[in-house]
Amino acid sequence: MTTNPYAARATTAAARATDLSKVYGQGETQVVALDHVSVDFGRGDFTAIMGPSGSGKSTLMHCVAGLDSFSSGSVRIGETELSTLKDSELTRLRRDKIGFIFQAFNLLPTLTALENITLPMDIAGREPDKQWLERVIEMVGLSGRLSHRPTELSGGQQQRVAVARALASQPEIIFGDEPTGNLDSRSGAEVLGFLRDSVRELGQTVVMVTHDPGAAAYANRVLFLADGRVVDEIHRPTADSVLDRMKHFDAKGRTS
Amino acid sequence: MFRTALSNVLAHKARLLMTTLAVMLGVAFVSGTLVFTDTFGNAYKNKTAKSFDHVSVAIRPDGDSSSQGDGSRKPSHLTDNLLKRAATLPGAEYAIGVVNGFTALADKDGKLVGGEWGATGSNYYPGKGGKDPRYAFTEGAAPKSAADIALDSRTAERTGFKVGDTVRYSTDGHVRTARVSGIFDTGDGSVVAGGSLVVLDNQTALKVLNKSEYDEIDVKAAAGTSESKLKSFVEKILPKRTDAVTGDQLSDDQERMIERQTGAMSHVLLTFAGIALFVGIFIIANTFTMLVGQRTKELALMRAVGASRCQVTCSVLTEAFLVGLVAAVAGFGLGLCISASLEILMDSDDASLPKGPIVIAPTTILVTLLMGVGVTMLAAWLPGRRAAKIPPVAAMNSVHATPATRGLLVRNTIGSLFVALGVVLLLMDDIYTMAAGAGTICVGVIVLTPLLSRPFIAASAPLLKPFGVTGKLSRLNSVRNPRRTASTAAALMIGLTLITAMTVIATSMSSAINKMAADSLKADYSVSMPNSKLAPEIREKIDKLPDVEVSSPLRSATAEADGSHSKINGVEPKSFGKLVSLDFTSGSVNGLKMGTALVDTDTAKEESLKTGDTLPLKFDADGKTIRLKVAGVYKGNALFNGIFASTSVIDPHLSKLLDDQVLVKTKGGASDRAEKAIVDALGSPAITVQDKDDISNAVAGAISLILNMLYGLLAMAILIAVLGVINTLAMSVFERKHEIGMLLAIGLDRAKVKQMVRLEAVVISLFGAVLGIGLGLFMGWATGGSIAEKIKTYSTEIPVGRIVIFLATAVVVGVIAAVWPARSAARLNPLTAIKSE
Repeated sequence: MTTNPYAARATTAAARATDLSKVYGQGETQVVALDHVSVDFGRGDFTAIMGPSGSGKSTLMHCVAGLDSFSSGSVRIGETELSTLKDSELTRLRRDKIGFIFQAFNLLPTLTALENITLPMDIAGREPDKQWLERVIEMVGLSGRLSHRPTELSGGQQQRVAVARALASQPEIIFGDEPTGNLDSRSGAEVLGFLRDSVRELGQTVVMVTHDPGAAAYANRVLFLADGRVVDEIHRPTADSVLDRMKHFDAKGRTS
Repeated sequence: MFRTALSNVLAHKARLLMTTLAVMLGVAFVSGTLVFTDTFGNAYKNKTAKSFDHVSVAIRPDGDSSSQGDGSRKPSHLTDNLLKRAATLPGAEYAIGVVNGFTALADKDGKLVGGEWGATGSNYYPGKGGKDPRYAFTEGAAPKSAADIALDSRTAERTGFKVGDTVRYSTDGHVRTARVSGIFDTGDGSVVAGGSLVVLDNQTALKVLNKSEYDEIDVKAAAGTSESKLKSFVEKILPKRTDAVTGDQLSDDQERMIERQTGAMSHVLLTFAGIALFVGIFIIANTFTMLVGQRTKELALMRAVGASRCQVTCSVLTEAFLVGLVAAVAGFGLGLCISASLEILMDSDDASLPKGPIVIAPTTILVTLLMGVGVTMLAAWLPGRRAAKIPPVAAMNSVHATPATRGLLVRNTIGSLFVALGVVLLLMDDIYTMAAGAGTICVGVIVLTPLLSRPFIAASAPLLKPFGVTGKLSRLNSVRNPRRTASTAAALMIGLTLITAMTVIATSMSSAINKMAADSLKADYSVSMPNSKLAPEIREKIDKLPDVEVSSPLRSATAEADGSHSKINGVEPKSFGKLVSLDFTSGSVNGLKMGTALVDTDTAKEESLKTGDTLPLKFDADGKTIRLKVAGVYKGNALFNGIFASTSVIDPHLSKLLDDQVLVKTKGGASDRAEKAIVDALGSPAITVQDKDDISNAVAGAISLILNMLYGLLAMAILIAVLGVINTLAMSVFERKHEIGMLLAIGLDRAKVKQMVRLEAVVISLFGAVLGIGLGLFMGWATGGSIAEKIKTYSTEIPVGRIVIFLATAVVVGVIAAVWPARSAARLNPLTAIKSE
């Protein structure tokens, strides 16, 4: 089921990387992290990016999310081309159009759960959309814990706050960097469930880097990276089909 | 262990930078002070040592030699007669008579040469061979008549006077002219220290300095006669009320006096250096607490593999030792540079301080090194003990271990007790318990600062509101580690407490003196001669001026009343009431006439006198007793106090009539014209004519000079506190890398990140400033009570303008301290910041 990535280019992509390369160092010590990657993240799609360590999966996500610079090619979020943006414009883009969920939760310990959720809007100086906020909070099941501080919440609850924070500002696209990496399987399943629900019910676009086939199974599309290239793609994955495909790569030898 | 400590220090070089700087500055202050005072004292000693070459034995009046022969004390018979007898003693080579006194020399513009404190005139006593061994003439000849004068070479150089020039000088208000007959070098102490010395011929000197006898007779031993032998001969001819002192003893005395003076200077400087070092302790403690906190896992691992608690503490203390040593050595070097540049600065500034090689005493090196190392280790001791308490199991904890926040209950209790004790001590009526109380309150408040930080920072919320989310985040961040915020703010607080308290007292004093001058003086002008007295003819001259309405001299004598010595002021009874307004509790100024006296309430209380009583006075100068009737009791103040009587009552008991000052009331009130008329009529370089404003300004000027010096000395403590703010912010930024990275990732722009750090710095420094100013105001108010007893018009005044300046400075300090930490926070790469787990 290998699909040519170029064939699937939809016009409604929330984010799009074209011929994207990232190279570290020069000459002998040159390391190619991304090697002419072209990929679309369709609106309302839940994409998982998988691949062995060093395959460039995180780098791809960071570049598309405007957190990292790239050597050549183009990245668009909606209609905005990232390669020409200055640092301050990138910051504003992240603030207004992108939501983040990190592995280590990354909440501010001084703020309550609610304050953490509305932080991106506070930074932007925008009033949060009350109805939307309530809906998001209800969805992640935090209604009773809004005045708690992160230290008073479990890891799963903290990550749910992070999910709510990403959703609350209604970004064009949400990026998750191993969002379940620090969670036990039950909490992880909950968080992934919310992400899937947000895609299904709220029409959110989510891109997530993971190494867990079970997590990837929540997505409706899985991209496989190796050596800085997209090497495979599965639509409507299951944990088994992902695992199966991974074994296939392992058989070819994980050299990186 | 030592190797671990060393590698730790090297690994945390950057984070130890501010700590090292803080210790270094404190140590530099200490070593600079010690080296400078040693060098200065040594140079002064060398320069003045030779001034006793001509003295083997000196005959001096015994006891209080401060009021030398000005007529108010009993004569000591240091006459020519005694001088001749001394010169012919067996074993005496020669003897010379010495008189000294204030002599103002006018420069080419008619201004006083040098300072009032060091304008001295002396006699030229042609002893053996017609020469005076005190002076080595380099040009011209010694003064021979009243028309001659000789100048010391430094004064001649400074004024440009040459042999043959005509100069004007004055000792008692009369202006005299003389021709420069010669220029000489001398080892005289006051000249070495930058004063001016003029020499007149012997008879003229005695006359113009108003001396009836010599101040001192110096006898030089002939070759082969020891000082003590000569002394035994001299003792046989000593008149009453005189002492014989050997030259060695004189130079010992002088040496001791120099030591005492430089010692006093070095004590003051060392106190401020101590304050600076004390402030540094907070920074050191903060840094080591942070280093220990960050290494919790590492230290727990050491414990897990078998290091004892003691070894853990020792490793922290060893690090402190290394940091302290580096800082102390660097500080010592900096101190040397400072004192060397001070020397050069003072030299170029014509301040004429004695020059000499830099003196580095071994104790200086020892003291500085011990100070630097000791302070650092002391400050690191608590964090070191805390490190030892980390349980080995902490090593196994996968979570980023944050040290458990211990309760502040014990701390707050201790702090409250200290403050309470301090307040009790402060309200006691004794200067020492007061000082102890002030110190105790300070310590208590420092201990309580973490508690105070929460309400204060919460109160700052409205101020931070306009800054939106960054304002909120910086407010929350600044209370995150109350202990650290507290000790950072406390460092700033200490300096500002002292500065504010001093400012409060100084402003209150100035205005009290202003008020006093305005309240008690009806005279328009006070005419006086600083460091000297005026001849009575000066008052006569003033009285003849057409603008002058009335005037009165103020003349003083000392007398014994019921066994205690008091100062008797002689005034002109007719005009006194028109010149001075005193606050009488009974009687009035009108009762003052021949045979009566006015006494102040203090004297009245001491002697249990009331109006109508008789006051017996035994004059020191002639030993005669008179009885005066008390005509009134008034409240004394700093300008007018003691016993007032008519000049005609005290004049017969004085051997010389001299006025301390002359009070003048002019017909049209004080005006530039009237003042100019008086100044012109007198025409003397050293006479000062002061109106009420001048009188209060002279005092206020002295107060503000001292205040500015204290500001300067406390600047070091403030500077170190600023390093502390930088240090704390740098630590905060380092610890919150992840958060800042996240904030950058979710869209807080770099300018806002900078603003966040900057606002946190401003909040911390404002906290310190408000605490310091508040505490300072309290201290100023509380200690002002003891001043209020002496100056009746004293009331505590709040220097609002200054306080606003202090607060504004605190904001600026915060902004400046935040420059570097804010920049490093804004430069964080969000990716690496988030990932660096």
